[in-house]
Amino acid sequence: MNAKIDIALTLNGEAVTGRAEPRMLASDFIRDVLLMTGTHVGCEQGVCGACTIRFNGVVARSCLLFAAQLDGAVVETVESLGAPHDLNDIQKAFRKHHALQCGFCTPGFLMTVSEILQTLPLSTDHEIRDALSGNLCRCTGYEHIVRAVRDLVNQRDGVQA
Amino acid sequence: MKPSSFEYCLPKTIEEAFAALDHDDAKIIAGGQSLVPMMNFRLVQPGRLVDINSLPGLGEIVLDGGTMRIGSLVRHAEAARHDLVRNHLPVIAEAMAHVAHVAIRNRGTIGGSLVHADPSAEWPLLVTLLDGQIEIAGPEGLRHAAPQEFFVAPLVTTIEDDEILVAVRLPILSPGTGMAFTEIAQRAGDFAVVAAAATVLMDRGVISDVRLALGGAGDVPVRLFEVEAALAGLRPDAIDAITRGCADGLEPNEDMHATAEYRRSLIPVLARRALEAAVQRAGAMR
Ligand SMILES: Cc1cc2nc3c(=O)[nH]c(=O)nc-3n(C[C@H](O)[C@H](O)[C@H](O)COP(=O)(O)OP(=O)(O)OC[C@H]3O[C@@H](n4cnc5c(N)ncnc54)[C@H](O)[C@@H]3O)c2cc1C
Ligand code: FES
Ligand code: FES
Repeated sequence: MNAKIDIALTLNGEAVTGRAEPRMLASDFIRDVLLMTGTHVGCEQGVCGACTIRFNGVVARSCLLFAAQLDGAVVETVESLGAPHDLNDIQKAFRKHHALQCGFCTPGFLMTVSEILQTLPLSTDHEIRDALSGNLCRCTGYEHIVRAVRDLVNQRDGVQA
Repeated sequence: MKPSSFEYCLPKTIEEAFAALDHDDAKIIAGGQSLVPMMNFRLVQPGRLVDINSLPGLGEIVLDGGTMRIGSLVRHAEAARHDLVRNHLPVIAEAMAHVAHVAIRNRGTIGGSLVHADPSAEWPLLVTLLDGQIEIAGPEGLRHAAPQEFFVAPLVTTIEDDEILVAVRLPILSPGTGMAFTEIAQRAGDFAVVAAAATVLMDRGVISDVRLALGGAGDVPVRLFEVEAALAGLRPDAIDAITRGCADGLEPNEDMHATAEYRRSLIPVLARRALEAAVQRAGAMR
């Protein structure tokens, strides 16, 4: 009953396949079977946000999905955003504003920011903090993360900082 | 931690779902935002997981005469931005902003939230406030339950293991009704310590129709029918005096988030805030 099953999905724009027991969490499947280790695992209870991915277009906790549920899905991980020598705008803003220290939380923040920049006005810092409240960071104190997002919102809205 | 082994089923029709549920150790998964943490902690170890996310027709919000029917697979985020919700029952959108965080709102469902039945959760409170009817499908057909019959205790409802919550029906309120939701939580997105929601209809300066419901004030969401009756026919400046004693007779729980005494002290404050905000909005619409 716990035999491995075949899972085929679109990961960061490419068709990939893997095998996993149904009970394997999507976060472990992405890291250990698909070998995309940018997605981090913190709490495995939905609280920390380190494992945030895009699942069929919207951000979701990969520790609260099973590998089996990825079959047929379109998934993006932090690796979809940019590469070390070709950072995207969100990654550049995080670097510019020192929005990371150890970097453990960063993939989750980047994925959350990639969605909220598209979906929310983020017109006040309070709103930015509220939208980021599902991602925990133990290093930065959040201030620099909020600055990075404010910069990105200004770029998006054509506001001179 | 990791969940224990289970067999995974993905039914494509409701009949297939009932067949999959005909098993001594099956559990439904909808958004998984409450169930999977419990499975990861091994507090729940189902032998078979029945994933209802591919069932047709459970993801819609429609107006059906005087009621809004919200399918059980509607996600918190979808309800919050839906035009019918925002136009007719904006208190739902207001409350959804307090449910967890962006990623969890994208995935968690109304049906899962009602069946999970956390005493502080927003959906059970809203359905109690709005006199909703919970639509449940079972192998023998469809039945409806009022919130007072559905919610029994924290995390306990009257739904059976072989039943599927398919939708909620919420009566549309009279035009001009003001609605408000408010809560106190330790951090943004945490479960409420106490939550309150109200609807108010005004008529020439007096409250003509009013509802008040609380979450986190007992084992299940409660309607304060006595406060509602006391307020009918009065001017809004009576709210303060009438809500002052409204925690009397309630038995809020004590847990790691708050003492019963603290909850008791929040109840009148939040009740007053919800009612006053609803009055203001009722005024604004007239
Ligand atoms: C960090 C975090 C913070 C949260 N904060 C809040 C909060 O502030 N307020 C709040 O309300 N919620 C909160 N939640 C919970 C979230 O709202 C869940 O989405 C919700 O409680 C359950 O919905 P689900 O679809 O994920 O259900 P699932 O987790 O899939 O299921 C929950 C239970 O319901 C059963 N079930 C699900 N759907 C059906 C159905 N259609 N018919 C019969 N049985 C069914 C399942 O078998 C299971 O027992 C939080 C969750 C997390 C991880
Ligand atoms: S590991 Fe998924 S939210 Fe913490
Ligand atoms: S940078 Fe270390 S946890 Fe955020």
